[in-house]
Amino acid sequence: MNALLIDFGSTYTKLRAVTLDPLNIVASGQGPSTISTDVTEGMHAALNDLGTRMGALPKFDHRLACSSAAGGLRMVTVGLVRELTAEAARQAALGAGARLVGAFSQRLTAGDVADIQRLSPDIVLLAGGTDGGNSEVILHNAKALASARLICPVIVAGNRAAADDARAAMEAKGKTIVVTDNVMPEFGELNTEPARGAIRQVFIERIVHAKGIDRAAQLFDEVLMPTPTAVLEGARLLSEGYGSEPGLGPLMVVDVGGATTDVHSVASGEPNQAGVIRRGLPEPYMKRTVEGDLGMRHNARGILAEAGAKSIGAIAGIEPARVEAMVERIASDAVHLPADKEERALDFALGHAAVRISARRHAGTIETVYIVNGPVTVQRGKDLSGIGTIIGTGGVLAHADATANILRAALADEKEPLSLRPRQSRLLLDANYLLYAVGLLASVAPEEAVRLGKAHLEDVEEERGHGRNTISGG
Amino acid sequence: MERPSKPRRRTLVTGVIGVDTHIVGNRILSMALEKAGYKVVPLGALTPAEEFIKAAIETAADGVMVSSLYGQGELDCRGFRELCIEAGLDDILLYVGGNLVVGKQPWPDVEKRFLDMGFDRAFPPGTRTAEVIEKLDADFADRDSDHTSASR
Repeated sequence: MNALLIDFGSTYTKLRAVTLDPLNIVASGQGPSTISTDVTEGMHAALNDLGTRMGALPKFDHRLACSSAAGGLRMVTVGLVRELTAEAARQAALGAGARLVGAFSQRLTAGDVADIQRLSPDIVLLAGGTDGGNSEVILHNAKALASARLICPVIVAGNRAAADDARAAMEAKGKTIVVTDNVMPEFGELNTEPARGAIRQVFIERIVHAKGIDRAAQLFDEVLMPTPTAVLEGARLLSEGYGSEPGLGPLMVVDVGGATTDVHSVASGEPNQAGVIRRGLPEPYMKRTVEGDLGMRHNARGILAEAGAKSIGAIAGIEPARVEAMVERIASDAVHLPADKEERALDFALGHAAVRISARRHAGTIETVYIVNGPVTVQRGKDLSGIGTIIGTGGVLAHADATANILRAALADEKEPLSLRPRQSRLLLDANYLLYAVGLLASVAPEEAVRLGKAHLEDVEEERGHGRNTISGG
Repeated sequence: MERPSKPRRRTLVTGVIGVDTHIVGNRILSMALEKAGYKVVPLGALTPAEEFIKAAIETAADGVMVSSLYGQGELDCRGFRELCIEAGLDDILLYVGGNLVVGKQPWPDVEKRFLDMGFDRAFPPGTRTAEVIEKLDADFADRDSDHTSASR
């Protein structure tokens, strides 16, 4: 049996051909992303590339695809209290692989509605109120969205008691509505799975067509999910294992891209020490954060703004003024590859900073609060200090000389003792950009998918002495 | 205990305000309120005033029950009613109880201070849960009859 795993990306259409018996990646192929004209052109180019590498294209038993083309799955979320149902809606959208273009809370104003119209999202996720709780605001917002010039579907995942009225108000104005379970049915209870499922369903049934990806429908069987979801599914599978193939345990994935840096964690995030009090919203077991201001090219300026030219310069060994000039240049050239030693040093420093900052934002924090009878430790967010594996992916990591040193930036830092990042982890590199393929393959052959992932992730700390090793090789 | 036959269960937010970890009394109160037919949203210990308000908004709570056991209740509770009004919860029922102040101060003085802050009722240490529930039932019954007479 064999499978073709397709990623319609924003810049490239990528292909991975795998055989299941024996389990192997047979070849990889790549073509440009031609979504703005005709997606089939890029797909044919990628297939030709693959065919050249394989000798001839076989007939594939499975042809599964994911997509982040045409701007990705652009979503707007709406909730009531910013830290509660609005946050739960954000988590649901991010976990469903969305590119969040707007997050709103409380009553939508005329200005908010104008913003949403201008953003023209692919899906709006409408939450608000616990079950039996506030229904007034979600109904207000449903009516505001009903009258808005919006053609996208609205998924309602708020107060059960208000869902029917919200649906009716919007359907009366011709909107397409999907109602699913509340993202926060009880106060403080996060329930993002039903909303994630609904988002994925809408993506498969409508967005794939709306984006024109189905023009290549005769070249694949199914577009299963947005690419970030495939990566997250791949991460979950590698963490948990399947059948007789054990997983790697709790893990973290850092994906450093040109425009954003994504961090995924598959871990409960419960406190590692006894006596710690948790505050704030519970955290999703599969958590995805997207740092829209941290990217190696489009958002290189964002990395610079957050880390500072001095710090980037110190790591790269380049004068701060020169760092700024170089960042200006690469920020306007999305596909620029480092051409010399200095540019490689800059990429290293930018990647290092992106990994460090994104991991810090993803992980939870602890603080010591002094009460009458002594100090207590309060945790917010996920405790990732016990995570045993960090997987790095993205162009900068695959091309960099010192991947281990970049990935190490995700680890806990003595200078930031309140950040609950992994203390010591095995550092793995997804050099073949395989995580999405693992996530896709999981839908037809999960056990093989785990084995494939484990066989092709490289342990980067051993790269110096023995050349790069795969993790199951030892 | 007789409960008014309302279609919707009344919702109450409970918690211990400030940097106060004394959770036991608050938990006992929460259990008693549940048993008496209220829907309880328990926020637990170490709860800032703002979190009571946020929880009350999402759950459309009818009342907030603030506990304070470590003597700093007066500082923590100052401005609580104003926060509620700011958030659009003008009519929400506010109760406070526990060791609200440090030292031996006459209860009527303490009570007056918390009522002046905008709490509907304040309870001294050692109050039985039955007494709280009795007052709650009565206060909600009052509000119902007010609303009924107002709508006539």
